[in-house]
Amino acid sequence: MSEERQIQLEVLRYNPETDSQPRFQTYTVPCVNEWVVLDALNYVKENLDPTLSYRWSCHMAVCGSCGYMINGEPKLGCKAFIHEYGDHIRVEPLAHFPIERDLVTVVEDFIAKLASVKPYLIPKEDKPISAGEFKQTPAELMKFKQYTLCINCMLCYAACPQYGLVPEFLGPAAISMAHRYNQDSRDGGRDQRQEVVASDEGVWECSFVGACSEVCPKHVDPAGALQQVKVASTIDWYKEHLMPWVKK
Amino acid sequence: MAKSNKPIFWGLFAAGGTVTAFVTPALVLITLFAAMRFSPDLFTYEVLHAFAANWLGKLIIFGVILVSLWHAAHRLRVTVHDFGVRADTLVAYVVYGIAGLGTFVTIVYLLRI
Amino acid sequence: MSRKPYIREISKTRWFLRQPRYMRYMAREVTCIFIFAYTFLLIVALARLSQGPDAFQEFLNALRSPLGVLFNLAVLIAAVYHSMSWFNVTPQAMPIQQGEEFVPGSIIVGAHYGAWAVISLIILFLGV
Repeated sequence: MSEERQIQLEVLRYNPETDSQPRFQTYTVPCVNEWVVLDALNYVKENLDPTLSYRWSCHMAVCGSCGYMINGEPKLGCKAFIHEYGDHIRVEPLAHFPIERDLVTVVEDFIAKLASVKPYLIPKEDKPISAGEFKQTPAELMKFKQYTLCINCMLCYAACPQYGLVPEFLGPAAISMAHRYNQDSRDGGRDQRQEVVASDEGVWECSFVGACSEVCPKHVDPAGALQQVKVASTIDWYKEHLMPWVKK
Repeated sequence: MAKSNKPIFWGLFAAGGTVTAFVTPALVLITLFAAMRFSPDLFTYEVLHAFAANWLGKLIIFGVILVSLWHAAHRLRVTVHDFGVRADTLVAYVVYGIAGLGTFVTIVYLLRI
Repeated sequence: MSRKPYIREISKTRWFLRQPRYMRYMAREVTCIFIFAYTFLLIVALARLSQGPDAFQEFLNALRSPLGVLFNLAVLIAAVYHSMSWFNVTPQAMPIQQGEEFVPGSIIVGAHYGAWAVISLIILFLGV
């Protein structure tokens, strides 16, 4: 049976045209326990306050649009069930990103960083279509499959204190995506990606707090990917500087 | 973007993290027991001198101290930044300098035994 | 439409108080101070060892003080915390693939704890 209960939804509001800084606004929302926080936001938008701005699309943890700080924790609004919370829920825009309006953040920085690691297959050599498909064994697929699950929701950036402190940091999702293609047996683009990934602002800004993996809604484990990238980059460095005769 | 030279230090940090994780608690237990006078046979001059007198012993002592120092130095560099100090280059010189000095005197003392 | 994004400032010195997971991280990082200090204790021991039995006895006497006991206790707690935090993340840093599947993390962590126990026993056996 669905049980209805009243919750106080405290939402961060910021209107760039009239506000000099954000403020909180509280709405009383009648919820059923099966609802997620996104449902409560939609209720506010439809019934109480049409001016509330927030991103969402699929309502099923696939599109990665509805990331908010819910009671201080980065969460997808569509995966945060009302019954897991008390009667007071606080929703803020994802931490570490500038606020565009209300719960909408500015994400250009992340998009540019993601693009900078060339997150697509760069084949080792050109192969004519007549030569047939690139074959891959199930074991080769397993090497990177976990990282393909990333939905670019940016919860990991909101969780990562190093990104908050050093905005130049390339960050968890972008480096995990680089790792995903580096690990792909069909790919030959690692050297190109390393130029960005192995720089100071790349993987070396990470200090393995591990928060990214704890909040990742798809269990991509970005922290693990970054440590593996560090190990591989370190081996590269020692090979390059101490054993220059070893061919890469 | 230039590739970072942090791998030199990170390599030692990772090696040291692993070695200290395996050996430091047991080593501390021994010195703790010696400090608490559990037994007069703990951490004695004769046993330690005999261990440090041969090349294998020297190598083990040097290895453990080397990676422990550089592990701690590198992590301290990051930790100082985490506590809000924004002088990474200076901090790096200081912490790696201390580790380098420790490494140097370790070699000197080992060669004197 | 003009844009005026609002940037929230983060305290550079108190950011880690925000979440328990950041506090756990800082606790892990701070262990390095104890490891650093303890390594210098070992270097001092080595220095006194190289100066002969009398000098080493002086070192031992200094170690056998309340301060020496306290210091070793503090280092022990920090060192164990470091070991556990280090071994617990080994499957993330060094996943092992066998055939198609990855070896379960619990097995990799367990193997490290097992090796830790064996190595500790060997050191204690040799040292005691």
